[in-house]
Amino acid sequence: MDGQKIIETEGLTKRYGHQVAVNSLTLQIQEGEVFGFLGPNGAGKTTTLLMFLGLTEPTSGKVRVMGFDPTRDPFHVKEKVGYLPENVGFYDDMDARQNLLFIARLNRIPDRDSAKKIDSLLESVGLIGEAKKKVGTYSKGMRQRLGIAEVLVKDPKLIFLDEPTIGLDPDGTNRMLDMIHSLSREKSMTIFLSSHLLDQVQRICDRVGIMIKGNLVAMGPIGELAKQKLGIDKEHYTLEEIYMKYFKEA
Amino acid sequence: MHGIFTIFRKEMEDYFSSTRFLLIFALIVMVGVITVSMVGMAIQEEVKGMAKPTLLFLMLFTSTGKLFSFVQFIGFFGPLIGIILGFDAISRERSQRTLSKLISQPIYRDSVINGKFMAGVATISIVLVAIVLIISGLGIRLIGVVPGQEEILRLAVYVIASILYISFWLGISILFSVVFRSTATSALASLALWIFFSFFVGMGAGVLADAVAPINQGGPSGGINVAMVEKHEMVQRVTSYFSPMSLYSDTTTTILDPMRKTTKLVMLMGPLERLSLSRFQSPLPFLQSFFIVIWPMIAIVAITFLCFGICYFAFMRQEIRTI
Repeated sequence: MDGQKIIETEGLTKRYGHQVAVNSLTLQIQEGEVFGFLGPNGAGKTTTLLMFLGLTEPTSGKVRVMGFDPTRDPFHVKEKVGYLPENVGFYDDMDARQNLLFIARLNRIPDRDSAKKIDSLLESVGLIGEAKKKVGTYSKGMRQRLGIAEVLVKDPKLIFLDEPTIGLDPDGTNRMLDMIHSLSREKSMTIFLSSHLLDQVQRICDRVGIMIKGNLVAMGPIGELAKQKLGIDKEHYTLEEIYMKYFKEA
Repeated sequence: MHGIFTIFRKEMEDYFSSTRFLLIFALIVMVGVITVSMVGMAIQEEVKGMAKPTLLFLMLFTSTGKLFSFVQFIGFFGPLIGIILGFDAISRERSQRTLSKLISQPIYRDSVINGKFMAGVATISIVLVAIVLIISGLGIRLIGVVPGQEEILRLAVYVIASILYISFWLGISILFSVVFRSTATSALASLALWIFFSFFVGMGAGVLADAVAPINQGGPSGGINVAMVEKHEMVQRVTSYFSPMSLYSDTTTTILDPMRKTTKLVMLMGPLERLSLSRFQSPLPFLQSFFIVIWPMIAIVAITFLCFGICYFAFMRQEIRTI
């Protein structure tokens, strides 16, 4: 896992008035890893993602995503980075293909190339049978899968997923996690996912970062954090135990 | 440019497949056809046996017939078309949660507004050109008069002015859809502004002019105080020009009625001047009319740009978080 650094931040800070949303965040994400960004609601996870994409300007600090500064050069970052917002929306009166085609056009993919690609993406997320239905009729799980397909339209190297499994039923959650897992293994994409659903993160992430009230309180592989925090080398630790320990301290 | 074009294309597809566009278009076609047939028949009766009166063709658009003229209809309801096309431009993307996804694609943020605005203007243009052609076609059949070059030029200026004017209202409604979170608030704000400009600025101008320069009292000699009348008129005109509606109505009445030589409503003149004016009425050449209306038209373009500028500013500075 000694790839290049795909995200690098140093002292990244965002304030809204007097409220500090993200406080001096310093982290590095290697190419190819699955990084879980954990924290309770309102910990500053989404704000961090928005700063990575250049959609929100940091108050201070440095950030580089794929070698570009997202504040100065958001265009290049957005070209190569896929972002699935929490509770992603679609144009409900268009069908799945039309939605993806629109995103493909915004990414300057010629129509003749995108048609094939869209079909294979819909196939891979299991929506090819429903491709002609209006997205407004889709269930939550189908929408989330369509969201993944949409993110992949531009062939990103790095994907940001904001709470990808929230509101899904157990079956939908499992499908989603498998999909994320295979993206990382088969297509060697770097995945940065924010979540507060710990057992799911534990299943798929190489490393995690724990964010509480704007501060990154811990970062590293789950096993190492367990050693540090729980002080034992036991086999059966859960991420939840570690997380609660940090949470109580903060 | 690529992003603008893609969004433009999608918005056009949306407009032309939407029920609301069909309703607007059906309404306008209906009104257009009804007014032109009524006016056409009235003109037929009126000019029977006469040699061809000048610029008869334009009367299809300006003559009021029994109800109202087509020009009056567009003057009054045109803003509504702009508002209906734009009031949910940004707020719908927000409530659908598609906006954050949209701007995380490799496009510039202003492309979203530009594309939507351009699609709206294109739609307005298509509707207006279509309806003017329909009316002209029906009119030619009804009164049997073919428009001359000058009439075509005048109509073209009228169509351009109307597109600019309705685009101004489109800009206003897009601005409100950026500023207000809820679609309903944005629609109501645009409507409130429309009502304010259509009724209250005109009324306010009258009240203000009466207060600043009362003309109901006689002058020292018992007659009308000429200076006061002029001042009254000036105050009223300047105030009413704060409403884009007066700019527009001045433009259209002047360009479509060659007998009008000024946008002023009150003209003070002696009895001899009046006599000579009525004896030697002749239409103004197209270019002269055009020179009169170019200023209010520029003013409409200017306020459209102004409100578009505010729109940019508001949209660029908005926190995406809250979108």
